[in-house]
Amino acid sequence: MDKLINDFSFGLFFWQTILFIGLLLLLRKFAWKPILSAISEREEGIKNALEEAKNARKEMQNLKADNERILKEARNQREELLKEARQMRDKMIEEAKGEAQTEADKLIAKAKVSIETEKNAAISDLKSQVADLSVDIAEKLLKEQLASKDNQVQLIEKMLKDVKLN
Amino acid sequence: MRTKVLQIIAVLSISFNLYAQHETSHTSAEHAVKDQHEEKDIRAEIKEGIQHHLKDAHDFIFLSDSESGKHYGFSLPVILWDNGLKIFMSSKFHHGESVAKVDDAYYALHHGKIYKTDAEGTLEYDEHHHPLNEKPLDFSITKNVFSIFILAAFMLWLFVKIAKSYSKNDGIPKGIAGFLEPIILYIRDEIAIPNIGEKHYKRYMNYLLTVFFFVWFFNLLGLTPLGINVTGNFTITFALALVTFFLTQFTGNKNYWMHIFWMPGVPWPMKIILAPIELLGVFIKPFALMIRLYANIFAGHTVLMSLIGLMFIFNNWIGSGLSFFLSFAISLIELLVALLQAYIFTMLSALYFGFAVEEHDDH
Repeated sequence: MDKLINDFSFGLFFWQTILFIGLLLLLRKFAWKPILSAISEREEGIKNALEEAKNARKEMQNLKADNERILKEARNQREELLKEARQMRDKMIEEAKGEAQTEADKLIAKAKVSIETEKNAAISDLKSQVADLSVDIAEKLLKEQLASKDNQVQLIEKMLKDVKLN
Repeated sequence: MRTKVLQIIAVLSISFNLYAQHETSHTSAEHAVKDQHEEKDIRAEIKEGIQHHLKDAHDFIFLSDSESGKHYGFSLPVILWDNGLKIFMSSKFHHGESVAKVDDAYYALHHGKIYKTDAEGTLEYDEHHHPLNEKPLDFSITKNVFSIFILAAFMLWLFVKIAKSYSKNDGIPKGIAGFLEPIILYIRDEIAIPNIGEKHYKRYMNYLLTVFFFVWFFNLLGLTPLGINVTGNFTITFALALVTFFLTQFTGNKNYWMHIFWMPGVPWPMKIILAPIELLGVFIKPFALMIRLYANIFAGHTVLMSLIGLMFIFNNWIGSGLSFFLSFAISLIELLVALLQAYIFTMLSALYFGFAVEEHDDH
């Protein structure tokens, strides 16, 4: 300790303090400040770039998910539309079928009615003709049978016979 | 070769091959006749050389040749305050061999210190062989002050260059910045932030960076053959530790002072006992900082130079070869120590700053 104190040099201490503090101040202004700020700026830049890349990746993922969702929706919509169309078609066919059926039924009914009418007309016509014919035939028969006097007497007798019987 | 003491670690460097011719002038036959007395001589000389190296000096000597009395280096300005400013070159002392006469006053150099003396340069000593003569206030540009000037200028140039390269290259480290940036980041991320905290560390970054590079560069410079021993100087580490001390005290918050004078969370008699201990700790912390750096570098230089000195004492292939490899290994370890001590100084400073700004809810 005694040697240390003996070795102490005030002049050296003076110069060392002055020079060191001077160096410290100069380096602070012209070296450490710009160096440290450059380093931290760069680090900040790297950090931001990484952050941005991460965000971009996330956005991409979001976009992809969105796309997929939209695609799925579109597919669903198409599916629905197709289903609806099919239903509509089926319904229309069904309706058309029904309509056709009623129309046909109507026509058939009408035809039946007219056929009946025709038939009835034909039958009545036939009846009148048969009646005419019968009358004609009967007339002719009568005419033939009653042409002779005998025949007339026979018929009267017969008729009288019938009356008796009754 | 025997009488030549390399004052420095020049042995490992080719830059001093220039002087190698001085070393080859003796033949082995001559060595054979060296007597015991001369053997002792070289030991004393090595010891003196080491002691001389570890101390600050008023001139910058790379190499001395005691045979011819020649010194290779340059002199530095001496600035004294002795009833007025006295400025002269250290060459006036002739490496301590003569008295410097300045304005009717005489000054003598004794073990790196300047004393006021008479024309003959007589020094009076006390019982511990310390001169009793008056010492003028010495603000000389000594070897260490000169080295600090040079290194400070170098650091300023280097880091301003790096700062400019950042703005030029859009924040991308190029060249030397690429090498030093990991160290700057290490100090920020591994020393400052964990010890001081995310909130306050920015205030101390300037000091931590400056002190780390200052200490590291000077530790490394100490390993070059230039014979510089700045961080192994007690005055330097004292000044550095003092900055840490003042920074800690001046930036200390209420919580910090509370922990010193009125420790929270303990019963009151303990508070009274703890206060002086804590107060002592305030001074012991930077004191330990000062001694640790000084002692490590001082010891490193002493060991390394002693091993190099051994080469000249052994003076044969086996012994000198062995001490060469030993000193080589120690040099490598010293390279690590240079970095380690700079790291420890910075780390502990950060730790003390951390205590000073610690908030109550940080526990």
